[in-house]
Amino acid sequence: MVASHGMTGMLGEDGIHIDMNHLKKGEVNLGTSIMAINFKDGVILGADSRTTTGAYIANRVTDKLTQVHDTIWCCRSGSAADTQAVADIVSYHLNMYSIVNNEPPSTQVAAALFQELCYENKDMLSAGIIIAGYDPRHGGQVYSIPLGGSLHKQAYSIGGSGSTYIYGYCDANWKENMTEEEGVNFVRSALREAIKWDGSSGGVIRMVVLTKDGAQRHLYLPDNGYTAPGTTN
Amino acid sequence: MLLIQTSIGTGYDLSNSVFSPDGRNFQVEYAVKAVENGGTSVGIRCKDGVVLAVEKIITSKLLKPGANKRISTVDRHVGIVSSGLAPDGRHFVSRARDEASSWRGIYKGPIPVSALANRLGGYVQAYTLYSSVRPFGVTSIMGGWDSEAELAVDGQGYYGAATGKGRQAAKAELEKLDLASEKLSLHDAVKEAARIIYVAHEDNKDKEFELEMSWISSLDGPTQGRHEEVPKELLEEAERAAKRALEGDDEEEDEGAKGTGNVGERMEE
Amino acid sequence: MNHFPGTWGRPRDDVYGPYDSSYLQTTGPKTHTQSPAVTGTSVIAVKFKGGVAIAADNLASYGSLARFTDVKRLRKFGDAAVIGFSGDVSDMQYIDRLLESIDIRENYSAHGNQLNAKNLHTYLSKVLYKRRSDFNPLWNHILVAGFDSEKKPFLSSADLLGTTFSAPHLATGFGAHLAIPILRRLFPEERSIEEISKEEAVSALKDCLKVLWYRDARSMDKYSLALITQDGIEVHEDQQIEAQNWAFAESIKGYGAQTV
Repeated sequence: MVASHGMTGMLGEDGIHIDMNHLKKGEVNLGTSIMAINFKDGVILGADSRTTTGAYIANRVTDKLTQVHDTIWCCRSGSAADTQAVADIVSYHLNMYSIVNNEPPSTQVAAALFQELCYENKDMLSAGIIIAGYDPRHGGQVYSIPLGGSLHKQAYSIGGSGSTYIYGYCDANWKENMTEEEGVNFVRSALREAIKWDGSSGGVIRMVVLTKDGAQRHLYLPDNGYTAPGTTN
Repeated sequence: MLLIQTSIGTGYDLSNSVFSPDGRNFQVEYAVKAVENGGTSVGIRCKDGVVLAVEKIITSKLLKPGANKRISTVDRHVGIVSSGLAPDGRHFVSRARDEASSWRGIYKGPIPVSALANRLGGYVQAYTLYSSVRPFGVTSIMGGWDSEAELAVDGQGYYGAATGKGRQAAKAELEKLDLASEKLSLHDAVKEAARIIYVAHEDNKDKEFELEMSWISSLDGPTQGRHEEVPKELLEEAERAAKRALEGDDEEEDEGAKGTGNVGERMEE
Repeated sequence: MNHFPGTWGRPRDDVYGPYDSSYLQTTGPKTHTQSPAVTGTSVIAVKFKGGVAIAADNLASYGSLARFTDVKRLRKFGDAAVIGFSGDVSDMQYIDRLLESIDIRENYSAHGNQLNAKNLHTYLSKVLYKRRSDFNPLWNHILVAGFDSEKKPFLSSADLLGTTFSAPHLATGFGAHLAIPILRRLFPEERSIEEISKEEAVSALKDCLKVLWYRDARSMDKYSLALITQDGIEVHEDQQIEAQNWAFAESIKGYGAQTV
């Protein structure tokens, strides 16, 4: 557990151990499987829906895909409270940006705001966030912000505890410039594996497809093998 | 009590924060006069970049060639040229640099030129509101590249812009270029800018000047989206072409009276 | 009803035990000291006749997970220097932004003095020392390669405590253990830098990277290599470690008496 004065991690003989237990035992943690990918016409975000407090599933239908601007969304992993607070702050700043500058913010701007908050407050946060967005000037973009608050632009990104089980699957099956259908299938089958092997991931698969036409939600349920209902708005 | 009154302000020009009864702010109008006496500046926006040029009036024979620059780099991708009071211009540039760097601090990227122009427009405007300050004695042209070329004056976007003493002549020349069609290449824009400064100098012939030019090209162009001085060779080539064009315009004029922008000539005096 | 607003919305103390607010640092000394999360491994560099060569692989690890495999850990600073980073990647990106703002300020004037590698190293070591003195270190070990004011090849290191060290060849992290002995054998102290060619330096770095790839469990076989000479800086990115030797594994059978 947490050492006396806010010690947040340690360097062990066999590498680095991140202490995720800032928060009290029993506080809500998103032991999660999240991902976002680029495809031909934009980006797709995906997540499971399990929120746990220890081994108890506090919420089995959580929505971990959060809108921070019209076509900029994020996938949240880590502490639910921390990531919600961070997303709310970024959302406010992006709203201000679009009003002050008379144009929507780019995905890069959103990622920079997330990065600054996660970096400057790294000793108080447990937040692993993936940002994905579509803007007309740059098209679709995916950024990843892991625990220390570094920022990584990627073709696709996976995160959360479940992601460690699907590094191989994603690397082997990834293709550049997939169609929307191929992209949705890639995300769905990858998350299905993550949910299968990670006890902290589960429930339904939620997705958001971001293109020039805006945001489209998808939902896939476990009781039919994650095949339906598909698009929901 | 003695009231000091000028013939035109009739007392309403003594403070910035006072309007005249017919709704004018005389201090602002006097500031414009300061600009009207300054060397001409022009900015040209073309498809693949922006060119800034200025007729830097040589105020002292002791000034080293190339010293006392009137075009400044604000951020990698933005430059500003000012006509009018040089110290005011430098203060303005300093503010622009602060704004650009503060944007980078927050958004981790270059400030869009339009956003910078907007912020500076607000800053300049604030100097027309308070009795403790006077308006800036400059008009500045800002050029930059974010995803496309941008040129701004007072927070507004333009295809071409001119300020300073020879602005009327310069604007007339700029309008002839049909910049809206975006056909002009960056290299041709450099030559046009030089020529326009020489044309504009016809209004200010009694003073010597030095031509100063900078440019910002597209990312795949010669400056890779950066604001840089136009290379010496290109500047001299543009200057020669400008002089030739001027001679073609009015052949009857005496050769000796022409622009003395050439550094070598002046050094021989 | 509990009348302490600080406890509202929190799990009940009688069920979950008292809230551990130590991370909020309301009491005790202020301790910022963090730990690295996403990290880069070794950077290695050697001086040669007329310049410096520096290399680092493209991996950013998350503990033992090879999380990002395309991270560039060599950074050019104008035409003057290359800085190689090992340690925390978020702090590397912070220093990168710091250097970018310095570069922009330097270029306000086209004819201003450019900071050379030596100036840059002095500056960075002071930044690192300041941060460690605030108990908030930048978790990096860096190498700075370039030239000093006399146009002589310059190579020096600075770590998260602000400690600096200079030598004709340097390495951080695992490289300090594995690469330095190799470089010392290739370029012994009595051998002048003037005798070392660029080609020899590059080949030595490639040999070291190969050994690190064999023996450092946080390394990878893709790397960047930069050459700083008076002609400018060449950065070769996404290079692959070549001429590896694995086939001898066929002759290794069992772990003792077994021979088949």
